[in-house]
Amino acid sequence: MSSITEPRSNPGSAPFFSKQATVAGPGFSRWMVPPAALAVHLCIGQAYAFSVFNGPLTKVIGITQSAPDDWSLTTLGWIFSLAIVCLGLSAAFGGKWLERVGPRRTMFTAACCFGGGFLVSALGVWMHQIVLLYLGYGVIGGIGLGLGYVSPVSTLIRWFPDRRGMATGMAIMGFGGGAMIAAPLSVALMNHFHSATSNGVSETFVVLGIAYFISMSIGALAIRVPAPDWKPAGWTPPVTNQNKMISRNHVHIDQALKTPQFYLIWLVLFLNVTAGIGILGQASVMIQESFKSTVTAAAAAGFVGLLSLFNMGGRFVWASASDWIGRKNTYFIFFALGAVLYYFVPGFAASGQIALFVLAYCVILSMYGGGFATVPAYLADMFGTAFVGGIHGRLLTAWAAAGVAGPVLVNYIRAYEVAHGVAKADAYTMTVHIMAVLLVVGFVCNLLVKRVDEKHHMSDAQLKSGQ
Amino acid sequence: MSTTQAAQPTSTLKLGVFWLYVLIPLAWGVVNTLLQAMKLFS
Repeated sequence: MSSITEPRSNPGSAPFFSKQATVAGPGFSRWMVPPAALAVHLCIGQAYAFSVFNGPLTKVIGITQSAPDDWSLTTLGWIFSLAIVCLGLSAAFGGKWLERVGPRRTMFTAACCFGGGFLVSALGVWMHQIVLLYLGYGVIGGIGLGLGYVSPVSTLIRWFPDRRGMATGMAIMGFGGGAMIAAPLSVALMNHFHSATSNGVSETFVVLGIAYFISMSIGALAIRVPAPDWKPAGWTPPVTNQNKMISRNHVHIDQALKTPQFYLIWLVLFLNVTAGIGILGQASVMIQESFKSTVTAAAAAGFVGLLSLFNMGGRFVWASASDWIGRKNTYFIFFALGAVLYYFVPGFAASGQIALFVLAYCVILSMYGGGFATVPAYLADMFGTAFVGGIHGRLLTAWAAAGVAGPVLVNYIRAYEVAHGVAKADAYTMTVHIMAVLLVVGFVCNLLVKRVDEKHHMSDAQLKSGQ
Repeated sequence: MSTTQAAQPTSTLKLGVFWLYVLIPLAWGVVNTLLQAMKLFS
């Protein structure tokens, strides 16, 4: 089994997709790696824009309006849910494989799955077989999402040991920005292919599948891993005593699961995501109900766009800031500031202070994105860099769990409140106060994160063998 | 087997083109979203 500590052999003699072939030679600029990662993350970020297909997919037979045999929104909702579940599972199980085979093979596999998933889905639309959409975008595409998400992250951490947060923030910012490209592009393509016999979804899936495959493959071809003895010019690894929260030792993936730190950080991510994801899905309705006579549907769409920008920007800004203020302190800010803002937001709505309302949610969503982008660097600090890709993959199950918990909390509590006579404008008060409590719990979990016990560290011999 | 490789510095042009390859679509998406977000203030 190969490991990150193996001596550098001649990359030219190794098979193209092997880990050995991706070892960078002397003089290679590490700044080639972030765009390679972005080439993948900008594609898979399309997932956040899948909802643009929901309407057209309900009119595949009827073209201009839904026919009796057309799919319902409930039926279609499973496509995205399956994709997110498969994302979590493939990230969890594929992470270990990633550490073994390297980022190029994993990224190329992700390209095949994500692009191929679109092509299978296109066939499903053309044949009007929903099972093919579940299999295509849901399962195959979902596997591509998971593998694509985790594959460049650990490589970036190894290239930027001096600025881990900034490096992972750049890639994961791409995931937030991918939807901003995909949504208008998909709408333009559907309009282009719309005809009397087709509403253009099938053709759009084919074009997107091919385009994403090519773009992700370019990222896979460009990716390089640093040589084992490489470090940035002029940089010396920090002495452990300088920052007790940054380990110079490594913990194996399987061993990481036996540490309380893994579960505490799992909860940190889960609670941070839960507090943001439910609001993100309900943002348009929420602002319209909170400011009934002021905010139109078009303005609410603007609010959603603004939140998307802060979600994306927060990934880079907060993750970069964590390099200076520390990962633990960054999450302290997320939880403390988030709880305070959630506590005051209903007051802003009640007093008609729309600017403060919008500002509060923009900051909250920036911290939601920041939570995603900072966590790989947090894991690298705690468990070392040798297996951080695999450990990160397993931690992403927290995202899948929050993807269920967040919307359920927001939707069901709101429905319960409305059913019990609470005015729609006030129905979110209880929800956001519960979010504030969740963030306080997250603050405590983060507080409990300490250095990993030395008994979990890998020995030099173990590190060499990769076992 | 360890071998000594000659240094092959990455070309600045290649680096610039690769960054533009990802930043142009991203900028297009951001501008589109920003235009949409402006509706909130109109």
